[in-house]
Amino acid sequence: MAKFEPLSAVTLGDCAIYVEFSKTLDLEVNSAVQRLARMVHAKALPWVRDVVPALAGLAIHFDPDHPEVFGDATSASLKAIDDCLKQGLPKEDDAGRTVEVPVCYEGEFAPDLPEVAAAAKVTPEEAVALHAGSEFRVLMIGFAPGHPYMAGVNPKLAVRRRATPRAIVAAGSVAIANDQTVVYPYAISGGWNIIGRTPLAVFDAGREQPSLFAAGDRVHFKPITRAEFQKYRK
Amino acid sequence: MTLHVLRPGLLMTVQDMGRHGHQHVGLCPGGAMDPIALALANALAGNEPGTAALEITVLGPDLQFDRDTLVALVGADFEAEMPLNRPVLIAGGSRLSISRAARGARAYLAVAGGITVPEVLGSRSTYLPGGFGGLAGRVLKRGDALPLAENSEALSRERFERLKRKRGSSVPWSVPSFTVPAREPIVLHAIEGEHFGDFDANMQRAFFETVWRVTPDSNRMGYRLGGPTLARAKTDEIISGPTCLGSVQVPADGVPIALMADHQTTGGYPRMAEIASADVPRLAQIAPGGTVHFARCGLDMAAELRKDARTRLETALRGIAWAYGN
Repeated sequence: MAKFEPLSAVTLGDCAIYVEFSKTLDLEVNSAVQRLARMVHAKALPWVRDVVPALAGLAIHFDPDHPEVFGDATSASLKAIDDCLKQGLPKEDDAGRTVEVPVCYEGEFAPDLPEVAAAAKVTPEEAVALHAGSEFRVLMIGFAPGHPYMAGVNPKLAVRRRATPRAIVAAGSVAIANDQTVVYPYAISGGWNIIGRTPLAVFDAGREQPSLFAAGDRVHFKPITRAEFQKYRK
Repeated sequence: MTLHVLRPGLLMTVQDMGRHGHQHVGLCPGGAMDPIALALANALAGNEPGTAALEITVLGPDLQFDRDTLVALVGADFEAEMPLNRPVLIAGGSRLSISRAARGARAYLAVAGGITVPEVLGSRSTYLPGGFGGLAGRVLKRGDALPLAENSEALSRERFERLKRKRGSSVPWSVPSFTVPAREPIVLHAIEGEHFGDFDANMQRAFFETVWRVTPDSNRMGYRLGGPTLARAKTDEIISGPTCLGSVQVPADGVPIALMADHQTTGGYPRMAEIASADVPRLAQIAPGGTVHFARCGLDMAAELRKDARTRLETALRGIAWAYGN
């Protein structure tokens, strides 16, 4: 990775700033952004409301009128980032968790699997093995609460988004497009190719940790049968 | 103690100041679309500013309280069987009808002691896209029974007794609705967004010269603005980045969207502008069909606008505290 330093800092209105480290998606930059975001968050600065890591940069949402920023929250935010970078980011291995996600890749849970397999010129079983055999990294949580964008799709499975999005995608649907995988937290509209479904709740506001995923997580998908899927649901 | 919904109106939800600190897992703060009106309503009912209240949109409900209850309705100019913008003691068992908003889009009905639905992630706000918070995470409907504080009747009587200059079941004074427009189009101050420079000079000019009309498909997530379609000159793909309350995005169809309380936390659309935070509650008071106009502003101006808004609110809150003998 080239030197990890801010490329640009742009205002997100008067209550947030977005600091970008790359103009394209770079997995090393993304990993560094996640670690930096965790470090800034851990500072627990009283004027910081949220630290939001994205694909290639992070946003700091702040109280612009907090006495500790002396009327210049932009500079205070940049200084907080600079302090963290000077201190040094934690090593990648120390930072991330590994999450195992059971997925049923069968029948109505996987309406686009036959099409995806055909496009990849493999059998559906081979397509499942290719998907479940990869390690994924959560690049960003966005679009909906707990909705992860993950890198790591085997290049053989790279397919475009569907031409027409579905009006409703079932909660827990695991879907792919290009080099990424997502998991839908709620029944919402979506245009990605659905190849399976997890019985786990991706976002549960009643849990202490509502989001199953966090940016920076390593993710493994474990194929389960329909019977096992039903057991999880009980 | 219970608040009964006899007729729900157009879109009524329980809201407070929202749930903060979860944007990194994709959950926006949400909460009242017009937090200024919510704070005033609560103060008039003798509550803390962020106490959970009813957010009433465009067409109001019919409600019934079990017992005598001190309430205040603040925000849009609703036709209602109660005086607005002041504390009112509603008699137990009577039907309170709130009709349509003649001016503005939203009002807050605060109840002494608050609406005591369970907290979810530190807030009682209804988050409709996720289906949680408020009452069962949904819009209120006919027959709903909302829990109020156990001691709400005692609180109501005690607070009403403390009020100075009472007349009947209310008072002869009111607070101003700061956020409700006297006329349209309203002026929204906007800071140039990250991708403003990706639009050519004609588009940039159109953005600031157009009187935009809020379209009917606008909601708590975002307001779509009808007018000339805006095309971005640059065609390279934008990498998804964070968004903010008040961000004005321009999707591929060229119809700008101003992000409101229940917005998504990230987005891949170009951000043309960012509405000054002090002006967002004023936008929340524009109903579909209403009009807005953008005026260029910088961070200094945005800070001035926040200061003005804060001063106005604090002055009103001091006045209310005085009326309560505090």
